[in-house]
Amino acid sequence: MSSEHSGSLEHSATLEHTGTLREYVTGFVLAVTLTAIPFWLVMSHTFGRSRTTAAVILVLASVQIVVHMVYFLHMNTRSEGGWTLLALLFTVMLVVIALSGSIWVMSHLNDNMMPASMHGMHGMHGMHDMHDMP
Amino acid sequence: MSSESASPAGGAEAPRYYSLHEHHPENGTLLGFWLYLMSDCLVFACLFAVYAVLGRNYAGGPTGRELFDLPVVAVNTSLLLLSSITYGFVMLHVQRNRLVPALVWLGITGLLGAGFIYLEMREFAQFIADGAGPQRSAFLSAFFTLVGTHGLHVTFGIVWLVTLMVQVATHGLTPANQRRLMCLSMFWHFLDVVWIGVFTVVYLMGVLT
Repeated sequence: MSSEHSGSLEHSATLEHTGTLREYVTGFVLAVTLTAIPFWLVMSHTFGRSRTTAAVILVLASVQIVVHMVYFLHMNTRSEGGWTLLALLFTVMLVVIALSGSIWVMSHLNDNMMPASMHGMHGMHGMHDMHDMP
Repeated sequence: MSSESASPAGGAEAPRYYSLHEHHPENGTLLGFWLYLMSDCLVFACLFAVYAVLGRNYAGGPTGRELFDLPVVAVNTSLLLLSSITYGFVMLHVQRNRLVPALVWLGITGLLGAGFIYLEMREFAQFIADGAGPQRSAFLSAFFTLVGTHGLHVTFGIVWLVTLMVQVATHGLTPANQRRLMCLSMFWHFLDVVWIGVFTVVYLMGVLT
């Protein structure tokens, strides 16, 4: 008896995290759109190989990540009493620190350590550009 | 002596406490699995940081623009995106306790995942055959590590998926199997989220520079 009871509890608790058909279809349509636009932008050379294209595709990727989190991973403030969201926010904070910190420190290091003659080199061109960003 | 007499008394008290804790057996697994995914997210963040730092150190070798074949990446991305919604269909059938449709959609999801891995392995083999293996430059080392780690995750996801298909076919949609399907669902969708970062930062921005 007691095992059956806990079984039914388990059943409802698991499936409470499952979305509806409407949610999945909405998420899928949004995801396809948000994937198609950056591929189209880059492959059709609409803005050329400019910073604008890079900025736009980065923003679209961020939006798509949120769409996946909400519609596919069913992220909300209520699930697990808010602990999943708290863990996610903490992780996002660590990811932002690790990524921006690494890029910032290493680009400055590259600029300071590189002999002046190396600046014009093909491979270093990107790093140099990054430093000149406003 | 006194400890012996105290322990049965403690044992009699204990069930009250345990019964309170057993209200959330399911939440424990799913929250724990979510925490695993978050730690996995940190692994990928480190690999992305390495790629961001080393991604333009070509050492005179091929650049991303020369190597990457965007139409193939677009097909690959579509396969992974489609597999995300087919896994959604699996969970919808599980919700309604329909065994066979759930298994069929699981199979389709697995095939889409296998197609993704096949295309990625073909790309890797092509690069290595062209002398653009991981040892060629810092860019390629970072590329193979980041994209390879994601590919390895998808591969293990497929192994897990096939194992679950056998489990579900043998034992049905028991609460334990539902919990496992739910965890794989989170894992599968999480890999799709990581892939958004990969196709944007590695492939699309690699072609732009």
